Amino acid sequence: MAEISAHETVSGQLPAAKPAAWRLGPGRANAVPIILFLLIGFAAPLLAVIGYSFMPPRTFGLWQTPTLENYVSVFTGTSYISFLWSLGLGAATVLLLAVICYPVAYGLARVFGRWSTLLTLLFTIPLFVSENVRIYGWILFFIKNGVLLGTFKAWFGVEPESWLFTQGIIVLGMVYVYLPFMLFPMTLGVSMVPKETRDAAFDLGATRWQVFKEVDLPLSMPGIVIGFLLSFVLAVGAIAEAKVLGGQKVIPITHDIEIAFTYSQNWPLGSALAVLLMLVVGALVLLVLRRFDLDTILGRR
Amino acid sequence: MTTRSPVIDLRQITKRFGNFTAVHSIDLSIGEGEFFTIVGPSGSGKTTVLRMLAGLESPTGGDILLRGQRINDVPANRRPTCMVFQSLALFPHRTVGQNIEFPLKIRDVAPEERRKRALQLMAQLRLPESYYGKNVTKCSGGERQRVALARALAYNPDILFFDEPLSAIDYKLRKTLEKELKDIHRETGKTFIYITHSLEEAMVMSDRIGVMRQGRLVQVGTPNEIYTAPNSKFVSEFIGDVNIVPVRLVNGNTLQSDELGAQFVAPPMPSGFAAGHLVVRPESLRIIERREDAENALRGKLYNEYALGSRIQYQVRVGEQVFIVERLRQQALGKQRDSDVLIGWNTADSILVGD
Repeated sequence: MAEISAHETVSGQLPAAKPAAWRLGPGRANAVPIILFLLIGFAAPLLAVIGYSFMPPRTFGLWQTPTLENYVSVFTGTSYISFLWSLGLGAATVLLLAVICYPVAYGLARVFGRWSTLLTLLFTIPLFVSENVRIYGWILFFIKNGVLLGTFKAWFGVEPESWLFTQGIIVLGMVYVYLPFMLFPMTLGVSMVPKETRDAAFDLGATRWQVFKEVDLPLSMPGIVIGFLLSFVLAVGAIAEAKVLGGQKVIPITHDIEIAFTYSQNWPLGSALAVLLMLVVGALVLLVLRRFDLDTILGRR
Repeated sequence: MTTRSPVIDLRQITKRFGNFTAVHSIDLSIGEGEFFTIVGPSGSGKTTVLRMLAGLESPTGGDILLRGQRINDVPANRRPTCMVFQSLALFPHRTVGQNIEFPLKIRDVAPEERRKRALQLMAQLRLPESYYGKNVTKCSGGERQRVALARALAYNPDILFFDEPLSAIDYKLRKTLEKELKDIHRETGKTFIYITHSLEEAMVMSDRIGVMRQGRLVQVGTPNEIYTAPNSKFVSEFIGDVNIVPVRLVNGNTLQSDELGAQFVAPPMPSGFAAGHLVVRPESLRIIERREDAENALRGKLYNEYALGSRIQYQVRVGEQVFIVERLRQQALGKQRDSDVLIGWNTADSILVGD
């Protein structure tokens, strides 16, 4: 092999067809740029974070003796409370979204007809405005002497306690911000249920509720599951709602991570928290996708 | 058929969707245990009629009576009727067994009992027992037909509706399933109301046929009546190959065809008949040696021939008009293309219809 290559170099000619092991097929060759991009842009930072999470606290080098100290401190300190808050708020958000979105999705897919497009557009428009701006809008709405309470005071002369800076308002903010991420997959799911299949169930004696339970729900499950996953992953990673609307009454895990990386300059702790969050969310996603095999639900396998 | 007591009565049933009238004041009575088929081209309103009978659509006007009881407002899930849909509408997330057991599960029948009944129906419909746990989406087209029928039978309805369930099935399997369906009809003794756009399919299975056109029921009769005595050009053409000559009555019982420049003897005609169409079926049209061999004759040129297996069809051109003549294979003509031929028919084998 080496002799042949040397010969080639000398002659400067490539052989007609050489099945060289190192040479890539056209498909792989074209994938090289994107593979490099993903390695540098995606895998490297992730690996760095994982690496940092095993470094001694408050250090900035990546080549020290690995330690589990950061992970231990998560559970001995207060960070686990933040974890629970994030998961709890995320779960509450997702459940509320499910209850709110299913009827709307049903309407968009079946009832509203040509008005659906307009309504979909109305649900989409807020996405063009920055999340922070929209959340500050809610502040103006709920603040003392703001839109809601100010009007109330002017009309009735009483001024109830503001709802701002409570857990409830955080959930409300998240429900508001992540609504499209639940609604649109759900609408898709509901519209995937064939009309004749529902008619058939009804014709076979099922009540409206049984048709919903036996046909609508299982057949729209792919959309529902995707909506659940999308909005949960986003809600667990939320930070602005708790900071702004919640007035830091509740500290979500994302806030802890931010503090670790900025204010307290403890990169290893922040990394450990980030890794734990990824593990929890990743495990949950895998679990759900395993339980609800989308292909099986759709009868494709 | 008239001896059967009616199970379903339609009284001036009308259905409008906005400005569009899908079904125009239909009157129809279907007997207990009858196999009745509604035939019509797509958009003729036949599916709408069936959906109203099933309770999935409510009529804009008129009454639907089930054994004399008005059922207009009874929803589909409380009618003793069941539909086999065009798409079959099987539950893709359920097994064959679960699909068949669905109506029983809805009625809270015990699991062992359900299973027993499902296996019974599967045996009746020649579905292997091993299919019980099989996902329906993995079944073939014919198997899915059988599952859909088994599921409908599990509901134990008095009347079964079929909305063109065989339209997506290939020819050979369709022929088998048509016969199976007729056997099931015999075994169960239930009333079957079937919809198709193929009169041929309707002929094979039905006791009686109703032909629909643009929301109206234009003719109701036995397959034989529909075939031999169509009451309009539309019905006569619907059965497939047919020879139609526009004619007018010139005197007594002489018909004049202006296009062909020929005169024919008129068969019995509707009262007040002045002009219309003379219909001769391909098998009634003969190729003859001399004009005297038939009561009506035309001279034309042999244009083409088609082998249909047991029969042969000849295309004979008389001027601009094309005639189709059918013969048994054993009586093949053995003539060259473009040779002159005489075609003829007996007056009794022809029918006069309006539009």
